[in-house]
Amino acid sequence: MINASLKQLSQALAAKQISSVELTQLFLDRIDRLNPSLNAFVTVNAEKSLNSAKAADARIAAGTAGLLTGIPIAQKDIFCAEGWRTTCGSKMLANFVSPYDATVIRKMESEAGLVSLGKTNMDEFAMGSSNETSFFGPVKNPWDQTRVPGGSSGGSAAAVAARLAPAATGTDTGGSIRQPAALCNLTGLKPTYGVVSRYGMIAFASSLDQGGPMAASAEDCALLLNTMSGFDEHDSTSLDRPLEDYSRDLEKPLAGLRIGLPKEFFGEGCDAEVMAAVRAAIAQYEKLGATIVEVSLPNSHLSVPAYYVIAPAEASSNLSRFDGVRYGYRAPEYGSLDDMYMKSRAQGFGAEVKRRILIGAYVLSHGYYDAYYLQAQRIRRLIANDFVEAFKDCDVIMGPTSPTTAFKLGEKAADPVQMYLSDIYTIAVNLAGLPGMSVPCGFVGGLPVGLQLIGNYFTEAQLLNVAHRYQQATDWHQRRPAGIE
Amino acid sequence: MSLTLEQVQRIAHLARIEISDAEALSTQGHLNGIFQLIEQMQAVDTRGVEPMAHAQDLSQRLRQDAVVEVDRRSAYQAVAPEIEAGLYLVPKVIE
Repeated sequence: MINASLKQLSQALAAKQISSVELTQLFLDRIDRLNPSLNAFVTVNAEKSLNSAKAADARIAAGTAGLLTGIPIAQKDIFCAEGWRTTCGSKMLANFVSPYDATVIRKMESEAGLVSLGKTNMDEFAMGSSNETSFFGPVKNPWDQTRVPGGSSGGSAAAVAARLAPAATGTDTGGSIRQPAALCNLTGLKPTYGVVSRYGMIAFASSLDQGGPMAASAEDCALLLNTMSGFDEHDSTSLDRPLEDYSRDLEKPLAGLRIGLPKEFFGEGCDAEVMAAVRAAIAQYEKLGATIVEVSLPNSHLSVPAYYVIAPAEASSNLSRFDGVRYGYRAPEYGSLDDMYMKSRAQGFGAEVKRRILIGAYVLSHGYYDAYYLQAQRIRRLIANDFVEAFKDCDVIMGPTSPTTAFKLGEKAADPVQMYLSDIYTIAVNLAGLPGMSVPCGFVGGLPVGLQLIGNYFTEAQLLNVAHRYQQATDWHQRRPAGIE
Repeated sequence: MSLTLEQVQRIAHLARIEISDAEALSTQGHLNGIFQLIEQMQAVDTRGVEPMAHAQDLSQRLRQDAVVEVDRRSAYQAVAPEIEAGLYLVPKVIE
C-alpha cells in the first residue's frame, strides 16, 4: 500500500480491501517513525486526520465517494486550513491557527474527500530553493540525508519521496514545485497561472504564485489536478474556464510530437552528467515517436534578474500585512505603534524574507521604480514573447529542471546569489505564466535528475500525456530511496 | 550600482523592519551581491516594450454590490495578539 498509485489506492478503498482509517493510520505511523529525522512535516494532528478518514469511510459506505475519497495527502503549510496551525515556515505565523480553508483545501478535502495527514515544511514564505530558510529547520533529502530536498516545497517533496504520504500539494513561484520534485525523484506540475485558486494560499508574489500537485507519477498528478483546479470567485485572477479532465489524454501516442530544445538550456551552466541524463530522456522520446526541433529563448538569461525585482516587489507589498496587529507574531516589548511594527517584523521574519522585503521596498521606491520595476516588467514581456515564438515550432519544450542534483545542506545557504541560480531553468516559466512539469529521468551518483517539460498555456493535459507515456517506457519514477523502509 | 549603509537603513525603515548596525552591514553586502545580478537588466534596450504586470491580460471582474460574507468577526479576532470588546489593541497613537 505504501508505494501504491492513487488509482490503486482508490480501487483498494472501493473494494473495501482497506479502510481510509487504516490507510491513514499506516501513513501516520510512518510519519511518527521517519519524520523526526526528515523534518518533512511541521504539523501533524492524528485526531483530525482520523476524523476526516472516518468521514471518508462513511462516504465510501454510503456510495457517495469520489475517485480520491479516503486517500491521504500532505498539504504544504502555505495553504490555510481551518483548525490547523498554518505557519508558512515562519516564526511570524508559528502560532497561527487558520480560521478558514484555502480553496485548494476545501476542494481537495471537503469536496473530493482526500484526508490531510498534516502540513509540510517549506522555506519561509516560500522564499528559498533548499528548504533551509524554514523557521522549523531544514528538511533532509530522503535520497541522501546530508543533502537538501530543494525548495520551497521541500517538505512535500521529502514526504512523498519517503512515502510518508502518497502525494502532496506544492506551490511554485519560481520553481518551488519543479525543483524539489527533480531533487527528490517526483513528478510535479505547476499549472498555467490562474488554473488553481490562490485564495487562502499565503501570498508571496501574487502574479507568479501557483499551486499544483507533487506525486509519484504523471497519472497521480492528473487526478490531483482534477480536484485542485477550477474557477474561484474568491481569487480575482482565477480563470473562468470550463472544467477539464486532466487525465483524458494520458494514453495518447506521442507520434508526431514536436519537442523544442532551447539552445540556451543546453549550453554552459548545467552539470554535464545531469545534461547527459536529460539528453538520454530526449532520445527515449524520439523512440516514442517524437521529433526534435531546436528553438531559442534568447532572453532566458534575464529571467533570474527580472524575477529578483518582480517577486521581491510583490512580496514587500504582500508581507506588509504582517504588522503584529490582527494576526501573527507581536514583539513582547515595544514603545510606540511604529516601534511595535518594526520590532515585530524584525523578530518575526527570517534573514532571507527580510532581504527580499528590502529589495522590494527599494525597487519600488521613488527614483528607482522605472529603472528596476518597470524595466523588469518589460523584460518579463520579452521572456513571454520568446515562448510565443518558440511554440510556433514545437508542442512542448524540454530541458533540465535544475542545473545540478541535490546539493549539500549548508552548501549555498550563505550566498543568496548562488541559491537564486538554482532556479535558472524554472523561473522563466513563472514569468510567462506557462505550465511546467518535472519528471524523473535518471540518477547521477545515486541522486535523482529531473526533466523539465514546458507547455503552452492550458496544455496541462498534454504535458501529463507526454510525461505519462515516458513513465510507461521507463521506471525512474518508481525508484525509491534506499534505507527508508 | 551599490547601496550605501544609509540607504540600507532607510529602506529597512520604509519596510518597518528594525535593523541593527551589524545587521545593516551584512545585509548591505548581500543586497549588493543581488543587485549586481539584477544589473544585467540595464544592458537591455526595452524601448517600446509594453510592461507585463501579469501572466493573463484580463480586466478585473466585478461582482454584484451585495453582502455575500457572513459575520465571522470573533473567529478572525481569536487569532489576534490583543483585542478588547471586538477591537484590536495597539499602542496609543493620538494623545
